[in-house]
Amino acid sequence: MRALHTFHGGVHPSTHKAESTRTPIRQARLPSQLIIPLWQHVGNRSVPIVQVGERVLKGQKIGRPEGKLSSAVHASTSGTVSAIDMQLVAHHSGLPDLCVTLIPDGQDEWITHAGVDVTQTSHAELRHLLRKAGVVGLGGAVFPSDLKTDAHRRQMKTLVINGAECEPYITCDDLLMRERAQDILRGAELLRELLQAEEVLIGIEDNKPEAIAAMQLAVTQAGYRNMEVLCIPTLYPSGGAKQLIRILTGIEVPAGVRSTEMGVQCFNVATAYSAWRALAHGEPVLSRIITVTGNVCEAQNFEVLIGTPLDELIALAGKQADTNRYIMGGPMMGIDLPSGTVSVTKATNCIIASSPKLFPPPAPAMPCIRCIRCADVCPADLQPQDLYWFAKSNNFGKAQEFNLADCIECGACAYVCPSNIPLVQYYRYAKSEIHERSVEKLAADKARERHEYRQFRIEREKTEKAERLAQKERDAAAAKASFEAGLAAAENAQQQSINEAIERAKVQAATTHALNTEALTQEQLAKIAEVDARRAKMRKLAATAGADDEPPKS
Amino acid sequence: MISALWVMIALSVILGIVLGYAAIRFKIEGNPLVEKIDAVLPQTQCGQCGHPGCKPYAEAIAKGESDINLCPPGGDEGIHKLADLLGVEYKPFGGDAKPKAKAVAFIDEQTCIGCTLCIQACPVDAIVGAAKQMHTIIASECTGCELCLPPCPVDCISMDTIAENINNWKWQHPVIIPVRAVA
Repeated sequence: MRALHTFHGGVHPSTHKAESTRTPIRQARLPSQLIIPLWQHVGNRSVPIVQVGERVLKGQKIGRPEGKLSSAVHASTSGTVSAIDMQLVAHHSGLPDLCVTLIPDGQDEWITHAGVDVTQTSHAELRHLLRKAGVVGLGGAVFPSDLKTDAHRRQMKTLVINGAECEPYITCDDLLMRERAQDILRGAELLRELLQAEEVLIGIEDNKPEAIAAMQLAVTQAGYRNMEVLCIPTLYPSGGAKQLIRILTGIEVPAGVRSTEMGVQCFNVATAYSAWRALAHGEPVLSRIITVTGNVCEAQNFEVLIGTPLDELIALAGKQADTNRYIMGGPMMGIDLPSGTVSVTKATNCIIASSPKLFPPPAPAMPCIRCIRCADVCPADLQPQDLYWFAKSNNFGKAQEFNLADCIECGACAYVCPSNIPLVQYYRYAKSEIHERSVEKLAADKARERHEYRQFRIEREKTEKAERLAQKERDAAAAKASFEAGLAAAENAQQQSINEAIERAKVQAATTHALNTEALTQEQLAKIAEVDARRAKMRKLAATAGADDEPPKS
Repeated sequence: MISALWVMIALSVILGIVLGYAAIRFKIEGNPLVEKIDAVLPQTQCGQCGHPGCKPYAEAIAKGESDINLCPPGGDEGIHKLADLLGVEYKPFGGDAKPKAKAVAFIDEQTCIGCTLCIQACPVDAIVGAAKQMHTIIASECTGCELCLPPCPVDCISMDTIAENINNWKWQHPVIIPVRAVA
């Protein structure tokens, strides 16, 4: 037998698990409508890929994963999409979110689906199939399993399968282990193979002897080596991932470090089960086991389609008249639901119908007396009384210094507080304020960067424009100069050619003589002499008549 | 006696050289206080403080020319942070400077004539468009500074307050019901 370890603190609230474990898991009736939220996982909301009025089949993808950290959402049964709009969802805020409303046609007609041979398929392909099948952590954290099965080439030693189920009232994992142990183990083996881990440790609290027996039997029957079912003492919150890792392996995962860095990964039993169904049978996550308990006639576990409205689920267990509110999850960490119209999601492991008798309104909070009982029970080994003080006085920097981020909001501190201080509410308030500030800081840094770049760009454009202008002026001046030079050169060339022509004419004149005065006849010579004599006579006459007179025509 | 004097002189000369070199080698460009103040300011670049952006306001505060209570987007908490940083007294918002709910600009694309005036006004380049083409706001980059509102000739830009949704919702400070003193 392996030696178990312990974590700091922990409390023993009364478990109330016996009420809902008397009967086996019952299939919930097909509801009149399914309101399927598109944001049922950690990360980005899925994008709807169906139209209003479209008929969808069971298992058909209706929400496509967006970005790396996201998961797919499927139609839980066959029917018609009647609306894609904002509906109230199970969230602390009580605010609406995008949901696909499906009216079932009662035929429950499957889309063609088939599993793969997991031994013949590559790991990358298997991870992709997990993402396509919408497999997320069904323990309540709803982190996409495809990302958790990627160990980033780290050597994994241990795969922890979480069947602790430490919160009071919840028994869904208990029943699942009792009835479907074989498939859980197949899923665990599959996850071990994906992570290349050496061993599988299954931790179950000792208040579930039937589940432990069923799981041990299944391990022996299937003959899994390196797989061990471990019975751990009942102590809230031993089902917290870090706490269970501590109990089973003795490894304390430090603040801000993922367990994979320590060679350990942790999955819930229901996640292992749904991973097996998704890969070996091709069935996406369409339903889950939900404990319906508290103020109902017959507390029991149902296998419920994702998207079933709360009212219809509660009606199956028999609603009591004095029920005044519903809690999703356990009484320690659960969410108060805004109304009975919200639907169950992949994160819903338990619905507690509450009445004033069952959960009386909390007593008024009294001042902190610094008894530090909270510090004694804190499983994260924090100083809750100091964190409370810092959160109350909005001293968030100090709260961060005291490792507020490591608080798992288990509620053990508030459970033991003699002053009834709602401690977890203070921590959640401080955490969300810190988160908002970090988001604002990022936005401010981005805005600063954009503004500075814009100024740099304007400055650059200005200098570039000035540069261009100067270049243009230089170009113009150069063009003018060259034009003038060209003009002068052209003038010179012209003058030169004129001069050359004159020269040529002179040379020609000098070298040539009239040819028509040569070889004249006697007669012609006599005529010329006559004309010349007449001209001389005329000139003589003209000179005597006056200089102004026109010479007489010959 | 003389040797001691020489030692002291030699020491002072050496130290002087070292200090002089350090002053040149490790010279700080600009005022480091401005960077610290700028880190506190919300970077909306809205100019509501009377300065053309957050950095100039930070410079004015660092020089002591400007008050610390002129930044409405920073809110009351911003003033507290500045007061803590500068070691001065907290001052409430004066005059009509009041923090507003966070908002992003929205362009009515039917009315937009594509004049590009808002693009030129946007301090963080959060508006996309070209001349005679429809413009639109990149909502994730908009700081809600409202500087695009006045230049718009057709008044097609409005400010949309960011409504509370499941993404930006946050836990409230727990309300404590006062306990009546037990008689």
